[in-house]
Amino acid sequence: MAQSSQATGGLASIPALLQRNAAQFADKDAYREKEFGIWQTWTWAMTEKEIEALALGLINLGVKQGDFVAIIGRNRPSFYWSMVAAQSVGAVPVPVYNDSAAEEMEYILGHCGAKYAIVEDQEQVDKIIEIQDKLHTFEHMVYIDPRGLRKYDHRQLHEFSHIQAQGRAAHDELIGELKSRREKLDYDSTCVMLYTSGTTGKPKGVVLSNRNVIESAKNSSDFDSLTGDEEILSYLPMAWVGDFIFSVGQAYWCGFCVNCPESAETMMTDLREIGPTYYFAPPRIFETSLTNVMIRMEDSGDLKYALFHHFMDFAKTTGEKYGMPKRSLAKPDMKRRVKNAFRYAMGIGFAMETLLENGVRMAFTKLRHGSKAREHFKAKDPILLNLYRGNLRDYFKYRMGNVLVYGPLKDTLGFGRVRVGYTAGEAIGPEIFEFYRSLGINLKQLYGQTEATVFITAQPDGEVRADTVGVPSPDVEIKIADNGEIFYRSPGTFVEYYNNPESTASTKDAEGWVATGDAGFFEEGSGHLRIIDRAKDVGKMADGSMFAPKYVENKLKFYPDILEAVLFGNGKDRCVAFINIDLTAVGNWAERNNIAYASYQELAGHPKVLDSIQGHVEAVNRSVADDPMLAGCQIHRFLVLHKELDADDGEMTRTRKVRRVIVADKFKDLVDGLYDGSASVSTNTEVTYEDGRKGSISATLELRDAKVAPTASKIAAE
Amino acid sequence: MSNESYVTDDGRTIGPTVMEMKNITLRFGGVKAITDISFDIREGEIRAIIGPNGAGKSSMLNVISGFYVPQEGEVWYKGAKRPPMKPYQVAGQGIARTFQNIALFEGMTVLDNVMTGRLRQMKANIFEQAIWKGKAEREEVENREKVERIIDFLEIQAIRKTPVGRLPYGLKKRVELARALAAEPSILLLDEPMAGMNVEEKEDMSRFILDMNDEFGTTIALIEHDMGVVMDLSDRVVVMDYGKKIGDGTPDEVRNNQDVIDAYLGVAHD
Repeated sequence: MAQSSQATGGLASIPALLQRNAAQFADKDAYREKEFGIWQTWTWAMTEKEIEALALGLINLGVKQGDFVAIIGRNRPSFYWSMVAAQSVGAVPVPVYNDSAAEEMEYILGHCGAKYAIVEDQEQVDKIIEIQDKLHTFEHMVYIDPRGLRKYDHRQLHEFSHIQAQGRAAHDELIGELKSRREKLDYDSTCVMLYTSGTTGKPKGVVLSNRNVIESAKNSSDFDSLTGDEEILSYLPMAWVGDFIFSVGQAYWCGFCVNCPESAETMMTDLREIGPTYYFAPPRIFETSLTNVMIRMEDSGDLKYALFHHFMDFAKTTGEKYGMPKRSLAKPDMKRRVKNAFRYAMGIGFAMETLLENGVRMAFTKLRHGSKAREHFKAKDPILLNLYRGNLRDYFKYRMGNVLVYGPLKDTLGFGRVRVGYTAGEAIGPEIFEFYRSLGINLKQLYGQTEATVFITAQPDGEVRADTVGVPSPDVEIKIADNGEIFYRSPGTFVEYYNNPESTASTKDAEGWVATGDAGFFEEGSGHLRIIDRAKDVGKMADGSMFAPKYVENKLKFYPDILEAVLFGNGKDRCVAFINIDLTAVGNWAERNNIAYASYQELAGHPKVLDSIQGHVEAVNRSVADDPMLAGCQIHRFLVLHKELDADDGEMTRTRKVRRVIVADKFKDLVDGLYDGSASVSTNTEVTYEDGRKGSISATLELRDAKVAPTASKIAAE
Repeated sequence: MSNESYVTDDGRTIGPTVMEMKNITLRFGGVKAITDISFDIREGEIRAIIGPNGAGKSSMLNVISGFYVPQEGEVWYKGAKRPPMKPYQVAGQGIARTFQNIALFEGMTVLDNVMTGRLRQMKANIFEQAIWKGKAEREEVENREKVERIIDFLEIQAIRKTPVGRLPYGLKKRVELARALAAEPSILLLDEPMAGMNVEEKEDMSRFILDMNDEFGTTIALIEHDMGVVMDLSDRVVVMDYGKKIGDGTPDEVRNNQDVIDAYLGVAHD
């Protein structure tokens, strides 16, 4: 691991990379944002000017080195500029989830002692004003969208464009200051501070240095041979480390263009218009897309329906071979062109020859044995392609499918140009994964976390499977502890948790090894890492067998009508489960089956829905029973929850991971009901609305028994 | 009629009177829909007209928008008496409206619907439109820009290209508001903008109405049944019952007016 405090070429910070890009790629597009129905574009040269004006404005406002600047809003170029501007003046940007409630913001802003905040609109301004009295260090707030804010007290409130204008006006007197501050940035100075979503307890501020971000960006860009010609759509929360690496780290390292959608609702349309070449999404997004495709295919005409299913079935076995995009988008050199031309010529020649031969042979055969030949050719279809053996025939058929089904579908989904796609955060269903890959989308999995600046392992091209997370990323060392927990050490390893030396010490040891908290193992042969579950969630059943809830939950969640599942059973003699239905999928199913319902709650409690969920649970039980190690995790009883688990109620993190302990505690009566064998339980649940008000819903839930499959070892014993 | 401006508690400037109704009476045959009503609308204010069913509120709005011509009384607009006019002439004067029952072009997209709001600003003739060069093209670009600002303002970007017929009710109402706003009216008449909406949609709509008033300085006259909304939004309220005006003043004054309480809660008719 290189420990020098200066990177090669003096590119030791994001502002330094900006300078390089502005000089090297001056007229290349750096940012696009759709506004007023048109994509507005900024080149790298323009970007540099904008960021400089903002940085000068921030100095003018009084931002000192080492100050924390909170960034709160959806993905917009202005916010990316704000982060880089804050870095330029020596301050630390702290992106915050823009859908956080005021109390959550209060904790984060209070914890880092942020003096400044750059926010999007009235909604965010109102939230900060609400908590401002409790934040003793807070000084100024800058907003981007002035709408509705005209009557506010402007002593501590500033408009983004005014700050930039002030910066431009003060250019001559402050530019020296800005330059000297920018030059002080080195490989060890803080690049960004990101708060973890906090699956357990309060969020922790992860401090990432320039080394962490730039080294990770460099390694990962090399790994996937990313170039300055990539297009990405930035729509994932800015407070999440992934977005920071893709939209800032890699974008500045490679110099590619970051596109920002018009609003959260227009994301899918904007995705289609941009057609990114490099794409990242959590499994949930792929699941939703797939569910939508399937629902719309159900409603389509017979011909489309038949075509779709025929070619999708075909692609399952052939997509991996014929569909994947070519590795490099760069213009082929002369040698490759000649090679390609030769290949095409050979291909055409071969096809002509075969057709001719086929025709001649058919003519002769017909002449000689008329009736027999007719029978023979009738039995096989299509007549001519029969002679193309195996590969070639499949190749042509896949190309045809590409014209009729795969291409249009990819285009509709906005994946038409995707060269490298990643999914991470949760396990993705094998069917979902297969669907996208068979379309010819190079979707891969990676495993990472905020503390590692994303990358721990990733799947190389050509070694992609649904059940592993790939091989260690470049420069990452991994070791597995005796209890199965995964440890890693890399240039991306975080500096510390801000103001929290105990947590830092318990996570990162003196040699730099970081505990991931996940349990897993390396697969023999391929060297790929497989994740079983969170290390602390892996427990023991009463009879001593292994309890790995995530493993079973993921199997359940792969059914489109199950949105979320929570398994209980640690220390118990059998497992029980909570299930959340997916309103879109189940709602559509209900519509087609003439089942009337008035609310989520009513649909979730419908006997027919329960029947179908029970079918899924029993199928999962059978599949779990196949694995002798985990056979104890079969679900004996389950219920379908009357409300969706929600981050506003604290049941999930903002990145939508279930907080198991909180759920178990909140719905204790239901868990008890599942274990004591009662047939139904009445319950009353508190819910929090988006604006922070609280209400409650009460329901009577039906608890069901599921059939448990005999385990492999038991069968053997009998 | 008053000529002075004043500043409200929340910092908005209310200007002099722009429109005044003087002793309006409207009859349909023998039925008196409106009887001798007078009130004024000042520049920049939000003026509500409330009353029980059949009180004559919508008729009043139709008189303002020129759809009905009252048998008696005068309408004064911007300091001049308005002669009887066709609705399109009234629209040309800068008065736009939305309807209680949504009146959009169902088969057209949201964008096209909102663009129709700017038809009065487009001067190119049919031939220029057909050739699509010069003036027609330039006008389209200018107007599209204005329309896009309104789409952005009302947060309907996601449905820009969706045919209106496919939209839910709450969004249709918003599209209709966008179309009215596209005409850059000096007075905007809203006929029950929140009828049939849920709480969340009502909150959104209230925010849009306030922001519109704040950002564009649009004078707004609205009819509404939801008392909470009316009392929160409006600067002054006219209360009608059986075609007569029974109250006029700030929300607080109106709330304490005995006639109004009687009209809403009902009294024994003896």
